[in-house]
Amino acid sequence: MSPIARVNDFVVKFANVNGSGSASANGLFAKSILRMGVPVAARNIFPSNIQGLPTWFEVRISESGHLGRRGGVDLMVAMNPQTWDKDVAEIEPGGYLFYDSTKPLPQGKFRDDVNVVGVPLTAMCNAAYTDPRQRQLFKNIIYVGALSALLDIDMAVIEQLVGEQFKGKDRLIAPNMDALHMGRDYVTQNLKPIGLRVKKADAVGDKIFVEGNAAAALGALYGGATVCAWYPITPSTSLAEAFTGYCEQFRTDPDGKARYAIIQAEDEIASIGIVVGASWNGARAFTCTSGPGVSLMTEFVGLSYFAEVPAVIFDVQRGGPSTGMPTRTQQADILAAAYAGHGDTKHPLLLPADPGECFEMGALAFDLADRLQTTVFVMLDLDIGMNEWLTNPFEWDDNRRIDRGKVMSHDDLEAGKDFGRYLDVDGDGIPYRTYPGVHPSRGGYFTRGTSRNPYARYSEEGAVYVDNMERLLRKFETAKTLVPAPVRRDAKRSTKSGVIYFGSTTPALHEALEMLEAQGRHLNAMRLRGFPFADAVADFIAEHEQVFVVEQNRDSQLRTLIMNEIGIDPGKLVPVTHYDGTPITARFVAGEIAAKLAARPIVEAAE
Amino acid sequence: MTYITKPRLHHPNLPTNALGFTRRDYEGAVSTLCAGCGHDSISASVIQACYELELPPHRIAKLSGIGCSSKTPDYFLGNSHGFNTVHGRMPSVLTGANLANKDLIYLGVSGDGDSASIGLGQFAHCIRRGVNMVYIVENNGVYGLTKGQFSATSDYGSKSKRGVVNHDAAVDLVSLALQLGASFVARSFSGDKRQLTPLIKAALTHNGAAFIDCISPCVQFNNHVGSTKSFDYVREHNEAVNRLDIIPPRTPIEIDHAPGTLEMVTQHDGSVLALRKLDAHYDPSDRAAALAFLQERQALGEVVTGLLFVDPTPKDLHDHLDTVATPLNALTDAELTPGSAALAELNASLR
Repeated sequence: MSPIARVNDFVVKFANVNGSGSASANGLFAKSILRMGVPVAARNIFPSNIQGLPTWFEVRISESGHLGRRGGVDLMVAMNPQTWDKDVAEIEPGGYLFYDSTKPLPQGKFRDDVNVVGVPLTAMCNAAYTDPRQRQLFKNIIYVGALSALLDIDMAVIEQLVGEQFKGKDRLIAPNMDALHMGRDYVTQNLKPIGLRVKKADAVGDKIFVEGNAAAALGALYGGATVCAWYPITPSTSLAEAFTGYCEQFRTDPDGKARYAIIQAEDEIASIGIVVGASWNGARAFTCTSGPGVSLMTEFVGLSYFAEVPAVIFDVQRGGPSTGMPTRTQQADILAAAYAGHGDTKHPLLLPADPGECFEMGALAFDLADRLQTTVFVMLDLDIGMNEWLTNPFEWDDNRRIDRGKVMSHDDLEAGKDFGRYLDVDGDGIPYRTYPGVHPSRGGYFTRGTSRNPYARYSEEGAVYVDNMERLLRKFETAKTLVPAPVRRDAKRSTKSGVIYFGSTTPALHEALEMLEAQGRHLNAMRLRGFPFADAVADFIAEHEQVFVVEQNRDSQLRTLIMNEIGIDPGKLVPVTHYDGTPITARFVAGEIAAKLAARPIVEAAE
Repeated sequence: MTYITKPRLHHPNLPTNALGFTRRDYEGAVSTLCAGCGHDSISASVIQACYELELPPHRIAKLSGIGCSSKTPDYFLGNSHGFNTVHGRMPSVLTGANLANKDLIYLGVSGDGDSASIGLGQFAHCIRRGVNMVYIVENNGVYGLTKGQFSATSDYGSKSKRGVVNHDAAVDLVSLALQLGASFVARSFSGDKRQLTPLIKAALTHNGAAFIDCISPCVQFNNHVGSTKSFDYVREHNEAVNRLDIIPPRTPIEIDHAPGTLEMVTQHDGSVLALRKLDAHYDPSDRAAALAFLQERQALGEVVTGLLFVDPTPKDLHDHLDTVATPLNALTDAELTPGSAALAELNASLR
């Protein structure tokens, strides 16, 4: 088996023990390649644990910009004896195994078709350091130094990053540099470079490298959110923490006072309760959570729907059901969010595909919640939320104004405008609201979760109830035109096959489309960005004989939602699901679609 | 709930307060509670308190949970915004509303089912955060709307209307509020308007978490022999520790009591709480002693009422969060959104 030889196009996976300090070393590795102008995607695959369990860090290096997971590993940095066998098995034939060669391992622990690169990391550490913690931490830096020589990474770039990382803690710079050079020197003196190489390029441009949770938090800041109430839950916690940091930075007035209020509530129920109370009273408010939190918030979401109170929920999805796989990724809350509540309810969903969209939709969600006077969900997942993605720089139009929706002011009321809290004045199903305290004698009303007439007076009359429920449906029709429109990506040849996808699946899917195209399999693609579905979704499905729906859950929840809301023949929508908790790969998508196309041959349309 | 609005007509000579409002202007829709319900007396006290304090009705937000008590905000302050939320969750909604606009007065109305059972957690946490509010529990020891089940404040050994004896220990919300740091804690009785109205007035002028546990007998399901929340039982066992008069700011204070029997507490807004001592040794500024006193007297079967604890210069949630003076819901776009230049700098830091 000849060794794999590739430049700027390979996958490196680090197998570590969590709590060993590997995360910052691995991040340094990924960022150094990025600084060389080569696009990188880095994904943490980590346990629900603080110390001692297996954790992986997978780095996709792709000059052509394929930043989904590809599948397979070209270079495994196997630092965890617990997972050795599985890690070794994952290496591509002709790939490389980097390991700590201090202790000899039996021949049976290796593979004939894999190239072995041994560096005696433990021996080097034991010789250089006496403190056990230093031995542990610097081992990680030593392997980064060794990899830099093996892969031809620019040492000056790494040194600059170390300088940035330890800015203000300057005494840490020199020992880290020493460790880097220790690893690098060992390789240059004892080993030869391998077939995988990083070469300076200009493919990153002005893109930024950021986590979706931070981007969404920044979106909330720009969207004018002033109240955040949250309860810690992986993988959404870093969203609230990032919002806190941005508020301290950007929302502190000249006297040091806070133009925001952040409450770590006692649970998710209180979190959404605080959001509903603040929004009712005219502040922009949000919470962030994951599936278990959405379950707890469901009663309040129903109240928000029926009483028509704005709310924004960032749902950073993880593996369910129940506690499920709390540190693994899935897109499995689609139905729970879309239909949260008892009785007949449905809610707009925004479906960002990368941190750039997390920012945009994070801000937009607040305009939509105010405009539609209802709960708006922004559906992230762990892969987008907790991993740094290379994404377009954030943009903001300084002429943009916050859209507070239909709010009757003191002057409107004073001028004698007819105020009916649930009166459909404009025919779009959206009534006017007032903020508490607005006028001494007009505009007051009683908000309740029970049925009422257009003037907010309690009513149990069937006709009054039905009219109101029908108006809520009209409002949802209006929402169709306000949520982000789907994006089409047509095949180079005309085809009767289509594919629908959303969210973090996007980069892997785009790469899969190229793989399929190379096999002569052409598909038109549509990326959904919002619910309720625009009419273009039904049109797209109608154009094709079969449409694959690719998503990261077991039960094809998006497919169910499409069938239910648009009334599509289920036979036409072919599920492609990936739900083992790891981010979906391009190879998986291409393989599944190719197999299903082969099993259900279709007539290629003539060119 | 009701759909019956009260006629706005009233006697032309009805007195008005300094704002030009009559007492009727503080009323709401017609109550649909049972005739004689203690809750209606509490509503009447709320109306009286707001009228006497000359509060602009629209600057009060009333919030409640679910249950008989939670229906009552419809029956007072008809021009105020109200929010009938979900069961046991009024405290969180009130907290959010308060965060959005610190300038309104927040009146939370709840019951013993709403606050001591399903909502015990939210009750506790909004008290410990020091939300600036008046939180009244209309406590009848029974689930009225679902017809007579015990609530968590039913006393151990008390009997339901159907003769069932309660074997669970009672949740005492007053003790909890004291432990959790409420800066104003009182207990009263819906049958004693002279005691209740000044307590509500004092709570409304208090700048922190003010809690009033108001025993409010349920005439339908908990007013029988064997109940410890009946009119007769509470009248017989009521031990008021003090009588309160509230003196508005800048009003001359005239004292006509024997020395040592009257305590004056000046609040943050300059109003003075004049406490006439009924129990010579009771000190409403001593939280720990108040807790011990309650334990002692409750063991004797007494219902201790009055202003049980007050910190005249409390800190509230906004003080803790150090928020700006402008209500958060009134901040301008420029104050909220950092703009494109700041974003460009941020982008640069992410490369």
